[in-house]
Amino acid sequence: MQNNIDGYVLQVSDLGVKLQNQTILENVNLKLKKGIVLAIVGPNGAGKTVLLKSLLGLMPHTGKIVWAPNVRIGYVPQNIEVDDIPISVKDFLSFENAVDLESSLSPVKLERASVAGKTLGVLSGGQLRRVLIAWALADKPNVLLFDEPTTGVDHDTEEPFFVMLNELKRKNMITVLLITHDVHIVREYSDYFLALNKCVTYFGESKDIMKPEVQRIIYGETVCLGTSNETR
Amino acid sequence: MPTALDTLVLSLVIGGFVGVSAGYLGSLMVLEKMALVGDALSHVALPGLALGILFNFNPFVGAFAFLFVSAVVVWHLGRVTKLPFETIVGAVFTFALAVGVLIIPEAELLEALFGDITNVTVIETLVAVAVSLGAIFLTRLIYKKLILGMISEDLAISKGINVGRVNLLFLLLVSVIVAVGIKIVGTLLVGFLVVVPGAAAKNVSTNLTRYALLSAFFGVVSACSGIALSVYLSLATGPMVVLSGIALFLATVLAKSRMK
Repeated sequence: MQNNIDGYVLQVSDLGVKLQNQTILENVNLKLKKGIVLAIVGPNGAGKTVLLKSLLGLMPHTGKIVWAPNVRIGYVPQNIEVDDIPISVKDFLSFENAVDLESSLSPVKLERASVAGKTLGVLSGGQLRRVLIAWALADKPNVLLFDEPTTGVDHDTEEPFFVMLNELKRKNMITVLLITHDVHIVREYSDYFLALNKCVTYFGESKDIMKPEVQRIIYGETVCLGTSNETR
Repeated sequence: MPTALDTLVLSLVIGGFVGVSAGYLGSLMVLEKMALVGDALSHVALPGLALGILFNFNPFVGAFAFLFVSAVVVWHLGRVTKLPFETIVGAVFTFALAVGVLIIPEAELLEALFGDITNVTVIETLVAVAVSLGAIFLTRLIYKKLILGMISEDLAISKGINVGRVNLLFLLLVSVIVAVGIKIVGTLLVGFLVVVPGAAAKNVSTNLTRYALLSAFFGVVSACSGIALSVYLSLATGPMVVLSGIALFLATVLAKSRMK
């Protein structure tokens, strides 16, 4: 659903998701400004992926999700099945339209000559994630949704990955929502974070995530926030 | 009265077109781990063939009707139960095979099971050519959508692809090709045509274009060489088509092991 929403890229009101009569998410409220990186944290089963899928319209839900007009969303899922499919990087990036491989791969710091002919299944975790981002960027999105973008990526590759993400965000004023378990990543590379445990348990600026009282709220006993969670 | 040469030419034309289309569609079946679905679906045709023979209408129309309905039923059950296609087809096909063997007249059983192209007609050939070309054309339209759905269903849906509808169309196209392929290799062996060319092509492919083209090529080579050999050696067509394809498959296994 897209409407005029007072300068916000995204506005979520009273979002709820139930699957097989079990509550997966309830009472999620969020307002997000353009160009913000929002990290979504929480324990396993907290509903983080379900939230992203709901925002994409992939899950049946209650409540309201309103994207700004002309929003173009790029999505990078947590898991993809590529081991068994003989699809090259070139095939994958040209899926919808023929693309200039050079300009698709350079923003994600991959060299055409070294990866274009390789099948996705033989790429390293970091290379595959970068190719997925290149794919998500092909439609020139102004919003990127990442579900655990550094899954399968070693620690040495993780840091440059987020540096690259920040660069992309700065250059293109892209709004980013990313799911991560890494509080260091939240603090260094996001502006705000939303803690979930079936409902929103904390919302605030990312620099606060290491504070003991905030950690207790995120990983301690769940107390839901019903208020509007709004970025500046 | 068609001469032996006429029959051979018509058989090769049918074999060539069905081989190409089955190989091309089969390349997707292999990737989607639906190889056994193609094999099992073919057995569903048997009751349809039997009804055609019993009630004196074209058995292949009966086979096609049964395949078509089965594909829709399998697709629907898959969506409702979330069970893998292979599990559902496994249950449906054994039931269909049992019913088919019980009701088909014994005299026609061998032809239905193993195929016979010695009495192929011009009309049947033209139908096979038209159906094969149509199936290739439609599959080409949805090829990338199917591949994207295999890589990630969420990714495909987020791009506006109706994965369920695309899968149903593909299953129906496979049913059509299986129905036509039965004429050449019979219900027991037609699964081969949608499995082995794709598996062979996968052994020696590093990109999708090469994979799809090689799969179609291996399909036509298996079918045509099998038909030619069966005529030359006076042996049953279906088994010879299978043996030709298996030889190709083994050659690609060898090539793959040398590439490593």
